[in-house]
Amino acid sequence: MSRRCIGWNKKSLKEMLEESERVFKETGYYCGIDKLRLKEEDPFRYERAYAGLRGALVSARETALHIAASPIVREIGELCFALYTPEGDSIVVSTGILVHVHTMSEAIKFMIRENYEEDPGINPGDIFLNNDPQCGNVHTTDVQTLIPIFWKDELIGWAGGVTHQVDTGGIVPGHDLTSAIQRFDDGVYYTCLKIGSNDKIWKDHLINARRSVRTPLYWELDEKCRLAGDLMIRDAIYKFIEREGIDYYKQFIREAIEETRRIFKERVKERLIPGRYRAASFFDIPSKETAWQPRAKVDKISNEPIEIIVKEDGSISLSFDGASGPGANPMNCDKGAMEGGQWVLLTQVLIYGDKVNDGAYLAVETDYPLGTWSNAGDPYLSYQSPWGNLIPAYTGMMKCLSYGLFSRGYREEVIPGYGFTGDAIQGGGVYSAGPLMGQRWALSTFEISGQGLGASAVRDGLDWGYAMWNPEADLGDVETWELFQGGIPYLSRRVKPNNAGYGKYRGGANYEGVAMIANSRDVDFFGAREGMVFHGSGGMHGGYPQPTAYRLYAKKTNMKEIIEKQKDYPLGDPDPANGEFERLLKGEITRKEYCTIYPITLENYDLIHYALSGGPGYGDPLERRLDLVKQDLNDGIYTKDIVYKVYGVVANYDEQRGEWVVDEEATRKRREEIRRERKEKSVPFNEYWERERKKIIEGKLCDAVKIMYSESLRLSKRWAKEFREFWRLPEDFMVEVK
Amino acid sequence: MSKYDRKTLERLINGELTWEELKPIISGPKDPDRFDKVLEILQSRVPWKEKILLPLHEHLYVVSKGGQRIVKCDCGYEFGDYRENWKTKCRVRVRDTRESIEEIYMKYMGSNPEWEELREYYCPGCLTLLDVECAPPGYPTVFNFLPDIDTFYEKWLKKPPPDKK
Repeated sequence: MSRRCIGWNKKSLKEMLEESERVFKETGYYCGIDKLRLKEEDPFRYERAYAGLRGALVSARETALHIAASPIVREIGELCFALYTPEGDSIVVSTGILVHVHTMSEAIKFMIRENYEEDPGINPGDIFLNNDPQCGNVHTTDVQTLIPIFWKDELIGWAGGVTHQVDTGGIVPGHDLTSAIQRFDDGVYYTCLKIGSNDKIWKDHLINARRSVRTPLYWELDEKCRLAGDLMIRDAIYKFIEREGIDYYKQFIREAIEETRRIFKERVKERLIPGRYRAASFFDIPSKETAWQPRAKVDKISNEPIEIIVKEDGSISLSFDGASGPGANPMNCDKGAMEGGQWVLLTQVLIYGDKVNDGAYLAVETDYPLGTWSNAGDPYLSYQSPWGNLIPAYTGMMKCLSYGLFSRGYREEVIPGYGFTGDAIQGGGVYSAGPLMGQRWALSTFEISGQGLGASAVRDGLDWGYAMWNPEADLGDVETWELFQGGIPYLSRRVKPNNAGYGKYRGGANYEGVAMIANSRDVDFFGAREGMVFHGSGGMHGGYPQPTAYRLYAKKTNMKEIIEKQKDYPLGDPDPANGEFERLLKGEITRKEYCTIYPITLENYDLIHYALSGGPGYGDPLERRLDLVKQDLNDGIYTKDIVYKVYGVVANYDEQRGEWVVDEEATRKRREEIRRERKEKSVPFNEYWERERKKIIEGKLCDAVKIMYSESLRLSKRWAKEFREFWRLPEDFMVEVK
Repeated sequence: MSKYDRKTLERLINGELTWEELKPIISGPKDPDRFDKVLEILQSRVPWKEKILLPLHEHLYVVSKGGQRIVKCDCGYEFGDYRENWKTKCRVRVRDTRESIEEIYMKYMGSNPEWEELREYYCPGCLTLLDVECAPPGYPTVFNFLPDIDTFYEKWLKKPPPDKK
């Protein structure tokens, strides 16, 4: 088949991509640009050009989101737009959910490598849709619309937009499905599919999409939102070229990427220390008890070791060598998801600023080992909720960079990590009464976007207000959310005591909530957060990890009677050992030490509890200032017994003054006592090493831990070698799993 | 280009800056002389004479002593060669039972000890809690940071390391 090539200078896109990669490899400069000619010749014109494009993209996002219907898009702006080179490298991005700037880049490169130029063809006005995590996405509920931008006969770029859907027709309603274990459970897949031409979405696609998801209205309007944003970007590019000329545009987009690559390296040299950084994070997947599918009934822990090398030239390498394996669960990641995660971390910790594009990506060498959870490599696995692994894994990157920032003196930038974006409570049902009787509702609240931030080396972490993985920490108007999750009204929200990681500076705190099923039938409910292990890589320099989550719900309750008689009902779970649920309710109360569960069925008047994540702490808790501990007590962040046991602070509540009072002399003695306890209850490292080694030698490990070691030892020669050397084990030592 | 006086940086290190004072420092361009100024402040605070090459931790420093680079606590305890993990010279308390974990975390709000334990690393000299690791039983001690001190000074700061002058 012979067609006229659409690349520059009569080249095909495939030739352009191969040449770009070859030249970068050979010269070390993006497209071989060793001199930023446009910037040097006329810096004002250059900066104005960049700012103009960025403004156009932000404007596209702000305008297009009003077309969307999903509350998550409209209320918290869970969307973003980006402009790409013909080869798929991002040039400039909007604000919003930045994880997708690089994922869409991979989708474009997938189409180029698959030679879409020949078949199905790439023409002016074409529209492509992608939500396949194997081809540049995170999970199926992130949906991307990409359009090619032509100038005369040449492709000069791509505009891409992504929105997060509340449902894409998976095995159960929701956006992060704990029960998906294979591709066929993940919901509808669009693998870089052409869905329109002449700027119009084809009717057959619209009909198919409406029948493929549970929320067709949201899908359809969100799709129009993405396309509208893309078209606004295309118009802005045409205006740019009319103003600046096509030759300037072509050179400018290359220089903008090369400049960002240089900015990244300079930023690394400005803020970090060269050397080797390491951290280890973990995530629990406790499916043995609640999974439906026989092969999914296994408890697992993901091993998420990260190594970052900061090199002499300011570039860095990032490796997850040693990661454990993928599995029959939705937490598997593809390379695109991991690169997206890398992007989010870098843009928040190092290269925040106006120049953000794939230049930064090019300055980072990555190793996501094939066959591990970080790059599973099997398209038939589930990739429905890679966040489960990705979110804790990247706390390690934040922590690693923080070691460098601390040593360099930039203590205000230190953050050991962030809270997990959960408890991601989800599900849905059908209204059984009221004006909406017979219609579906879905539980998909994005309260989870606001988590506790880790403490820094100079202050406490932000309480309930840090969005690591979402554009904003504010869920927006609660009334909007209640419109579509009206079958599960909230009964309460309040600060969850003792939920902030301990330390000289404490992690951010967070809150808990209780909700009740009402006027509904056929209700599914599930949720996800860490529970059997602490989140991520924990605290820093003596700070503790934030507490874990757990699952609590009550069925067959007497809430009907409680409401009728105006009696007290549980407003939270401040002390799980002496629960308000047990004290105030009659019914079947379930508590699980793990938090991630498969869907359960609930009925009217059943209650669910959820708790959002705190952040990790920094520094020895015994060094926390007494006025700060007093404030924690007054704010309900910590309780009297925890400040006594952890912070060594003796305090009593003064009823008359209505505040806590610290007994300074008793506190001094208590802190001395804790130091004595530290000596009594600790052992020299060698003794600890002997005891710990026995756990390995004698196989005194639970199955989840054995599986983790078995997989990591099998998957990574380097990790296995270091593991065996550390414990002085035989060269062929393996952990056996029955 | 930002520049901060010694007093401001001392208050930063002490955690005494208000949010109104701290916010511009976080948002603004970084001060290129920060490393030298912080090093000077820290050196003046430690009760020993060895030259600090690199602050490693809230309480630990890579220092030059007798031609060697060692890790030293501000209390004076010496952890040995900086290229070896200082944690392997600490006293360690492992919380690997429900009882020991629930001593400091509320019921249901700590790890299951069969899945993950807490390791508290104390300085043998002053018993300051230097690190808390959360890891599955049997997980090797993590060596968090091995700085390349010579490259840092020679290539990035364009000057010889203080112990090679």
